[in-house]
Amino acid sequence: MQVEKFTPKIVAFCCNWCSYAGADLAGTGRMQYPENVKIIRVPCSCRVNPSFILRAFQRGADGVIICGCHPGDCHYTSGNYFARRRMTLLFGMLDFLGIERARTRVEWVSAAEGARFASVMNDFVQKVAALGPNRRLGDLRCRDSKEVEK
Amino acid sequence: MQKIGVFVCWCGSNIAATVDVRKLVEAAKHEPGVVYAADYQYMCSASGQQLIKDAVANYGLTGVVVCSCSPRMHEATFRKAAQSAGLNPYMLEIANIREHCSWIHKDVESATEKAVILMRAAVAKVNLNVSLTAGKSAVVKRALVIGGGIAGIQSALDIAEAGYNVDIVEKKPTIGGKMAQLDKTFPTLDCAACILTPKMVEAASDERIRIYSYSEVESVSGFVGNFTVKIRKKSRFVEEDLCTGCGLCAEKCPSRKTGNEFNLGMDKRGAVYIPFAQAVPKLAVIDPAACLHFKTGKCGLCAKNCQAKAINFDKKDEIVEEKYGAIVVATGFNPIDPSPFGELGYSRYPDVITSLELERIMNAAGPTGGVLLRPSDKAHPKKIVFVQCVGSRGLRGCDKPYCSKICCMYTAKHAMLIREKYPDTEVSVFYIDVRTPGKNFDEFYRRAVEQYGVHYIKGQVGKVAENAGKLVVHGSDLIMNEQVEIEADLVVLAVAIEPDESARKLATMLTASMDTNDFFTEAHPKLRPVESPTAGVFLSGVCQGPKDIPETVSQASAAAAKVVGLLSKDQLTCNPCVAHSDELLCNGCSACEKVCPYGAITYQDKEVNDHGKREVRRLAFVNEAVCQGCGACTVACPSGAMDLKGFTNRQIMAEVDAICR
Ligand code: FES
Repeated sequence: MQVEKFTPKIVAFCCNWCSYAGADLAGTGRMQYPENVKIIRVPCSCRVNPSFILRAFQRGADGVIICGCHPGDCHYTSGNYFARRRMTLLFGMLDFLGIERARTRVEWVSAAEGARFASVMNDFVQKVAALGPNRRLGDLRCRDSKEVEK
Repeated sequence: MQKIGVFVCWCGSNIAATVDVRKLVEAAKHEPGVVYAADYQYMCSASGQQLIKDAVANYGLTGVVVCSCSPRMHEATFRKAAQSAGLNPYMLEIANIREHCSWIHKDVESATEKAVILMRAAVAKVNLNVSLTAGKSAVVKRALVIGGGIAGIQSALDIAEAGYNVDIVEKKPTIGGKMAQLDKTFPTLDCAACILTPKMVEAASDERIRIYSYSEVESVSGFVGNFTVKIRKKSRFVEEDLCTGCGLCAEKCPSRKTGNEFNLGMDKRGAVYIPFAQAVPKLAVIDPAACLHFKTGKCGLCAKNCQAKAINFDKKDEIVEEKYGAIVVATGFNPIDPSPFGELGYSRYPDVITSLELERIMNAAGPTGGVLLRPSDKAHPKKIVFVQCVGSRGLRGCDKPYCSKICCMYTAKHAMLIREKYPDTEVSVFYIDVRTPGKNFDEFYRRAVEQYGVHYIKGQVGKVAENAGKLVVHGSDLIMNEQVEIEADLVVLAVAIEPDESARKLATMLTASMDTNDFFTEAHPKLRPVESPTAGVFLSGVCQGPKDIPETVSQASAAAAKVVGLLSKDQLTCNPCVAHSDELLCNGCSACEKVCPYGAITYQDKEVNDHGKREVRRLAFVNEAVCQGCGACTVACPSGAMDLKGFTNRQIMAEVDAICR
């Protein structure tokens, strides 16, 4: 059997005001980062419900990253502080469940930091790739039948 | 089931060169709910938009996905197109396949694969979209200007001139701000009072302008178009409608120990005083900390002498509540206290002063009547040394990292004025750089050097010390590459300026953001420089960043124009993507209320019909006009009752699923 190179599935939640705009700027600046990062736009990092992250891992995501405005810069003043606290708790619990710390991350990327967005993503993808696929939480019943056969 | 149309934009070759658009269209056709898919060279063009409109009509589309550039770019454009086709604008979503795909990838195959997934996620979301209607809220046709310096005065005058009512809240007993303390202004050298005081009078006499002097903003609630502001009118212990401003009380007051704030403490004032001769409003104010009556219960000389019977020792602070449609922040600045820079000896040597102190000394209404006398022995200084960038552009603890912008020019002005009036005085200036980027600024500086013979030394000052009763300034001359020592009769520090200390508290009240230096941040540094990111809050003057007077006045007028634009509307359309609580799931726990940064959530007892069971429950209720749609409450809610319209839990889950599929 031929072993394929492992490309992790990454879900990135980006707040509309800073990080999503930062990702846009990375695009405008033609800064490369891997295709396996897929961005979901949310109004603020505090909109990210822990259940979204659990769902992503259950559905076979290999890494989840949440990006928001820098502390103090949240468009809604305090949203990113909520996100930081919630995620600290969640990531601790996920670690306990066997989802390694390196698969989850919170990063602050401003609307002016296109280059930073790209480098954060490059780094994150690399770290997750090194861990291999997420087998711990991936729920077989949630996956495509095709994939189960594999 | 939705009937979704997918439209793929080539964006010329921006997308089409990296993403196989035909493949994307084919893939779209297999997605659930998709009944139509097409591609076009420029979706945002008129004919591209027409494509959407035609498809809505021909295929009865209920939802639209446009695969194109960032939604931050053209979401509004496409939503308008959908709306004109008779669709609810919120039934349209964008898959960002340019900034997030074609521009950052090179390999066509994998970029196309990614584009398909992004399209899938958008289709999955639209399948769950529902029509949203934006609410309307009325606009209160009155503006509030916080701060009565030149910035606030100019904004208020412009707003009033456009026909709207405007209130100025000024924490000092008089409006006028820092400009009232200046002597002459650069680069024209016209007298500050001569150009400012007419404006102060104009503001006071305009019937549309109401001035709350000696007042502070207590609290702000509400939102754009409808702010409720509580203002504390601090007690002057003088009845404002009786006082004639004659000043007799101030003359008779026996307490003479308090430093006169207007002259920066260089002379004394009474416990009852009028800040300065041209004060607006010209009313006396009693400083209870200095007043003998408040300390001993005796005296009362002012009350005995006041013919208008205006003195009232029992007067209390008053809180008034007003409604405003827009708020202009014009809180201005203060020069920093240079005492922490011990090496410069500001607190040790009386003849080391700040530029603003020099400004008062040179002013005809100042402590020396405009005669240049140094503080220690009231002698004429013959050698004056100016030190630039004190506390500006530094990285040490008490330094400000920014350039205070006005110091280069006012020092040139001071040097020039001194040399003009007292040609026998030697004037030297230690500078790091001379920055003169303004109309006629460099010409002005060159005049100081060439025509007035001011001695400019490029280099920093290490210390100011005393030697045999004389001040000596030790510095470096970077051009001559040597250490220099200059004797000085007077040392003037061009200190940094910082935002007024009230700004931070105010920013919290307004939920407006600030940078690390406590300057208010603008909504966009280039394109929206006078708006704060909080809707309805505008910025004027130095509260947003260091500025000179012409710049401040232009920004003040710009902010006023924005305010007028807002007040000219009768109604505002609200953002429909707001939180919403499901009555049947809510258990009234208050978790959402605690995290809401806008106070948009309240609780009400309401009768609900829970599967045939009728009961009165305490339920969360979202004020849609106040909610800004951040979604903090949706996550805090333990029972899953709170959701965010336009970004519902199910929609985001569907996107996650589509991406991980
Ligand atoms: S808006 Fe970016 S984190 Fe809140």
